[in-house]
Amino acid sequence: MADKVKNKRFVLRVTVLVIIALALGGALISAFMNDDTPVRVGEPAPDFRLDNVEGDSVRLSDFEGQGVFINFWATWCGPCREEMPDIQAQYEVFKDQGVEVLAVNIAESELAASRFAERLNLTFPILLDHDRTVTKQFEVGDIPSSFFIGPEGNVVDKHTGILTEDQIKAYMEKIRP
Amino acid sequence: MEQIRCECGHENPYGTEICQSCGKPFDNKQDILNMRYEGVARRSQTYNKSLVDRIWNFFASVRVGMTMLFILLVASILGTIYPQQMYIPQTVEPLLYYEEQYGQLGYLYALLGFHNLYSSWWYITLLVLIGISITIASIDRFIPLYRSLKRQGVRRHPSFMSRQRIFGKSEVDHPEKVMHRVKAQLQKQRYRVREEDGALLGEKARFNRWGPYVVHVGLIILLIGALIRIMPGVTMEEYMWIRDGETVPVPGTDRQFYVKSEGFDLDVYDETSAEEWVPEEFRTEAVLYENVAEDKMGEPQLEEIKRQTIKVNQPLKHDTLKLYQSDFILNEFSEFSFHVKHKQSGDILGEVTVDLYQPQSQYDLGGGNKVELIEYYPDFELDENQQPATKSNIPNNPAFIFEVTTPHVPEGEHSWIFVGQKIEAPGNENQYELSISDVQFNNVSGLMVREERVLPIIYTGLGIAMIGLMMCYYWQHRRIWIQQEGNEIWLAAHTHKNWYGMQKEVVKLIESTELMNPSHLKISKDFLDKEE
Repeated sequence: MADKVKNKRFVLRVTVLVIIALALGGALISAFMNDDTPVRVGEPAPDFRLDNVEGDSVRLSDFEGQGVFINFWATWCGPCREEMPDIQAQYEVFKDQGVEVLAVNIAESELAASRFAERLNLTFPILLDHDRTVTKQFEVGDIPSSFFIGPEGNVVDKHTGILTEDQIKAYMEKIRP
Repeated sequence: MEQIRCECGHENPYGTEICQSCGKPFDNKQDILNMRYEGVARRSQTYNKSLVDRIWNFFASVRVGMTMLFILLVASILGTIYPQQMYIPQTVEPLLYYEEQYGQLGYLYALLGFHNLYSSWWYITLLVLIGISITIASIDRFIPLYRSLKRQGVRRHPSFMSRQRIFGKSEVDHPEKVMHRVKAQLQKQRYRVREEDGALLGEKARFNRWGPYVVHVGLIILLIGALIRIMPGVTMEEYMWIRDGETVPVPGTDRQFYVKSEGFDLDVYDETSAEEWVPEEFRTEAVLYENVAEDKMGEPQLEEIKRQTIKVNQPLKHDTLKLYQSDFILNEFSEFSFHVKHKQSGDILGEVTVDLYQPQSQYDLGGGNKVELIEYYPDFELDENQQPATKSNIPNNPAFIFEVTTPHVPEGEHSWIFVGQKIEAPGNENQYELSISDVQFNNVSGLMVREERVLPIIYTGLGIAMIGLMMCYYWQHRRIWIQQEGNEIWLAAHTHKNWYGMQKEVVKLIESTELMNPSHLKISKDFLDKEE
């Protein structure tokens, strides 16, 4: 009888300890997951819809089958102003090869964004994120911030900070269909 | 491990201090008996052989539990020295920010990860370890205690009786009659009475003993709630700025909800001066809408859900979503109006009103007179190349470049307008000038958006813990044993606490049944400073 009790006790203890180990593991995994952003390289990019400066509606999913370079910018951001001409130059090279640029302006007026684009002769779509929904969706902190979406809709790479023309070219080659 | 065989024939597990059947103490001493956990063998105190036992014993230790609680306390305090990362600007590098703001100590603070303390892996580990400790310590104590109290016999060993703190014996003439009277009186004093061959056990409020474990269950629920809370996607906390009259999506709800501000308002204490005013109350007239459109990314279709004034501590609530009044910006520029004047004649051609958030570009004044806003800098500055630029998208320091076209100047002329000054396009002598005729201001309300799904779990945990505490403190587990020993009647009593009350009940019992003279009662006075 004493052995039976001992056995029961051992089973109880092991069960409790296993449950606890699982709880601890779960808590730690969730803690680590906390550090991850929702837009992860290798995973599908979240779809969004914004109006461009002409007032037309643009969806990310419209560009399935093409490489998409999403650039978050604002007119008050010096490095954004600096890299725009380089993006335009590479856009002219790659747009016939199936690479689209979506320049998402963060919470500025349509006038400010469109005048800026006119001044720099930007020909790619300028999208207006008035309420920062997409900016938040992509967890954009520092700008310029760039996301490179492959033809099948996955995030191929992302980059925060100013890009050189060589980098832009390399990224566009990566997402070219 | 061998068993302890009592003289009554009961086999007790190794480590038992008092026979679980008859109550005979195994220590052969004469002093007051230690009644903790009914003298039962607690596993953690007896087995220490296998690894499982060692882990078990580690967590079952109150000392270990208290140490972990102390570390948790110190860590939680450390986390409040400087603001956590979520309260600093999101665009800056934390290490630099803390160093800049708080010096070397701040740098160290961020380096050690204290700026993200409450979701750090070690803080969570600590929470879980404390949960484990509470669980195991409770199982280790509760199960044997429960069994022991459930199985306790009525007739006790004489040495168990004589070693209780309240003990007395007396010779009586008709023991059976007295026992009968005593039983009735015990019941009258609301004891549950069990009887067994000439022995009585009166017991009261045994559930008091479960109090600590109920508290522990509550704490574990609380801890589980806290752990669920830090899992991604469970709790949402966002911040939003909303201008008077604006309708914007509530952040974090994927455009499910929109909120409109019908105006922000502020009351100021009368006593305060214009320079150092103190707000008495501030509030936002808010309307919450739900976007019922199938496609949340498309044009929203808004249905009003709720209309409420949001004040500090009076959030707008809808299910688990809460909007708190948190901050404000007063008198942000919202509109500038300009008079367009012919300089020579002084004639005013008309007025142009520019919305500083969403400015139009074309303004038709009629009669072939047109004004075009060709550049707009909400927060004007000169950049590193001395070119006009804007510092932010907030109209703190708006600057404009207008082009005025009239039948007299079909080619158009440019005017620069900064707040407070006008510059004409260099090299040209303008015929028209624009001057600010009116300025409109806006208030901006800062709302905190929270979605709490775990709060019910946390409140449940707290509620259970509170019930447990009440069980601990408002009742006492009291037992009175009375048994015939030859022609004597022995009485012993034990309580979990409040010995004074126990003593009074015993005195009442023996006086009303004439069981014995209260002076025969042996009361160990040391209980007064030795409450369990």
